[in-house]
Amino acid sequence: MSRPFTPKIVTANALLEGDVVYLTEDDRWSRRHEDAELLEDEAHATIRLLEAERQGDRIVGAYLADARRGPKGPAPVHFREAFRARGPSNYRHGKQADSHIHDGN
Amino acid sequence: MYRYDEFDAAFLAKRNEQFRAQVERRIEGALTEEEFKPLRLMNGLYLQLHAYMLRVAIPYGSLDSAKMRKLAEIAERWDKGYGHFTTRQNIQYNWPRLRDVPDMLDALAEAGLHAIQTSGNTIRNVTSDHFAGAAADEIADPRPYAELIRQWSTDHPEFQFLPRKFKIAITGSPNDRAVTRAHDIGLRMVERDGRAGFEVIVGGGLGRTPMIGKVVRDFLPEGELLPYLEAVLHVYNRHGRRDNKYKARIKITVHETGIEAIREEIEAAFAVTRAEFEGVDENALERIRARFRAPSLVPGGAGAYEDARLNPAFRAWADSNLAEHRDPDHAIVTISLKAPGETPGDATAGQMRVMADLAERFGYDELRISHQQNVILPHVRKADLAEVYEELKAAGLATANVGLASDIIACPGMDYCALATARSIPVAQQLAKRIEDLRIEHEVGPLQIKISGCINACGHHHVGHIGILGLDRGGVETYQITLGGDATETAAIGERTGPGFSFEEIVPAIERLMLAYLEVREDESETFLDAYRRLGPHPFKEALYGPEKRRDAA
Repeated sequence: MSRPFTPKIVTANALLEGDVVYLTEDDRWSRRHEDAELLEDEAHATIRLLEAERQGDRIVGAYLADARRGPKGPAPVHFREAFRARGPSNYRHGKQADSHIHDGN
Repeated sequence: MYRYDEFDAAFLAKRNEQFRAQVERRIEGALTEEEFKPLRLMNGLYLQLHAYMLRVAIPYGSLDSAKMRKLAEIAERWDKGYGHFTTRQNIQYNWPRLRDVPDMLDALAEAGLHAIQTSGNTIRNVTSDHFAGAAADEIADPRPYAELIRQWSTDHPEFQFLPRKFKIAITGSPNDRAVTRAHDIGLRMVERDGRAGFEVIVGGGLGRTPMIGKVVRDFLPEGELLPYLEAVLHVYNRHGRRDNKYKARIKITVHETGIEAIREEIEAAFAVTRAEFEGVDENALERIRARFRAPSLVPGGAGAYEDARLNPAFRAWADSNLAEHRDPDHAIVTISLKAPGETPGDATAGQMRVMADLAERFGYDELRISHQQNVILPHVRKADLAEVYEELKAAGLATANVGLASDIIACPGMDYCALATARSIPVAQQLAKRIEDLRIEHEVGPLQIKISGCINACGHHHVGHIGILGLDRGGVETYQITLGGDATETAAIGERTGPGFSFEEIVPAIERLMLAYLEVREDESETFLDAYRRLGPHPFKEALYGPEKRRDAA
C-alpha cells in the first residue's frame, strides 16, 4: 500500500538571486514560507508542481516539500526546509537578515 | 608563482566572454536550466541552498598578494565581505547573484584567477603540498608539474565528459601533506639512483566508498609524467562505470578490475601515449619552470627569533604554527583560520588584505592555502616573525592551534550545501569553543578532527583521527564518529565507533574521547592516533557509550 499523502508546498530557487522562493495560491513566488500554498491533495500538488516547472524563466529546481499548517501559514516539517526558510546558522545572512522580506514579483 | 603568458590571458578572456553570453541567454530565456546547468558548472557556478555559489580555483594552493587582494575585492564588491577556503584549495563565495558572475570572473581574470573545472566530470583543480617550495623535506617543488597538469587538463577535449569528477594531488616531499592517497591520482615525489620521479597512486578517494589509493607505478621518471597520466585517463575513460553515478569513480574501476590488470592496461596505453608526446610536455615543463619566480632568500637574522621566544604568547604561537623551512634563517608560518567560535576556513576581506600585506612585506609575496583550510606564508625570515605575529594578532589571525584539536576541518554542511544531510559548521564552532574552555588542547597534542555534513566527505572525516559525519536519521541531525583515520603517507580510513549522536550530544561525546585518551596514553609522547593504534577502539567506545555490559542491556 502506498503511503498516505502528507501536505506539501512548492518551493524552488529564484533564477537571478538564487534565493529560496515558494509558490503562492495566487501564482506568485514569495520569499516567505508562510505565504506558500499548502497542498493537501496529491493530484492538485502534482499539477501545481508541473505549473511551477513551466516557469523556468524565473525559478530553478522546483520541488514539493513537506509542510504543516502553522499559526501564520504553512511551516516547514524537515530541518532542511527550516534552514532554507531561515538562512545559515553561522552568520545572520539570508532570509533572517531581511527585516522586511518582500515578494519577488 | 607562475605568471601567465599572453596565451593564458587570452584563453581566459575568451572563456569568460563565452560564459557572459551564456548567462545572458539564460536570463533572456534562450537557454533552459537543463541546457545552462552544465555550462555554469564548467565555470564553477553552483546553485546551493540559499543562493548561487562560485567556486574559484586556487591552483595548487598558490597565491601572491595581488591575487589575495583580488579575492578580497570580489568578496566585498559582489558577496558579503568574506570567502570560504575549502579542503581542495579553492575559495567559495556563498552569495553571488547570477547577473554579477560574469563581472566577477572578469575581475578574477585580471589577477590570473578563474573558476574553470572547479566542477563537473572533468579533471579538477590540481592540489599540492601547502609547504611546496619551502619545506625542509622537499625533493623538488611540485608546482611546476602541477601547472603542467593544469595546462594539459584544462579544456582537454578527451577529458570533458569523464565518467565522474577526477582529482589529482601532488607532493614533492616524502611526508605527505597533500592527502595523495585519497585522490583519484596521487603523485608523491621520490628519488631513485639520484633521479627524481613519482610514485603514482591510483584509486584513492573518500565519499560513500572510501578507499586508500594503490601504487600503480612505484617509480615514474619525471619526464614521463604527462603521457603516463594520459594513459591512466584513457583506461578510466574506457572502463569507468557511466551506468551508475555511485560506482563511476576510478577507485571502483580499480577495485573491480584489480590493480594488476589495471596496471597492465595502463602500461599498454602508456606505450602509445609516450610515443605520441614527442617531448612536447618536456618543452612545456621547461617553459613553465622559467615562468615560476623563486624567492631570493635573504640570509641571517635568526638570532632575533630566539629573543622573541621569551614572550610566552609568541612562543605558544611559534610552537604550533611554525614549520621548518629548507633555509635555516626562514620559517614557514601557518595562519590559522580556526579561531574558536569562528567558521573554519572563512576569512573576511579585511583579513585577506592583512595576509596579502604581510606576504608582500615579509613573505617574498607568496601565500598558500592548505587543504586544512588555513593560509600559509611559506617564506618568512625568522628576524621578522615577532612583527608578523603582532600584526596577525591585531587582525584576529594569531590563533595558536595548528595541528591541534581546535584546528578542525569542516565542510559548509547544511548551512550552505544543497547535498548536505546535516550541519557541520556549528558543530565545529561549538567543539572548538568547548576545547578552548577546557584548556586541554596543548595537553592533548596533535589531533585532527574532521567534520563532513554528508557522505560525500568534503570534510575528509574518513581520514580524521576523529571523524564526524553528519546524517539525516528520520528527520533528525545525527552524527557518526569514526576513529583512527590518517591523511598522511601512512593513510588509513577511520573505523565507525557505533550508533550516532544528536546535535546536542556530539560535542560532549568528542570531549569524552579526548579525556579518555589522556587517561589511557602511555605518556605525553604517545599521540591520540598512536594510542588508538596500540589499544584499538575498546577504551574509546567505553568513553562514548559506557561500559559494555550496560550497552548490551540497553
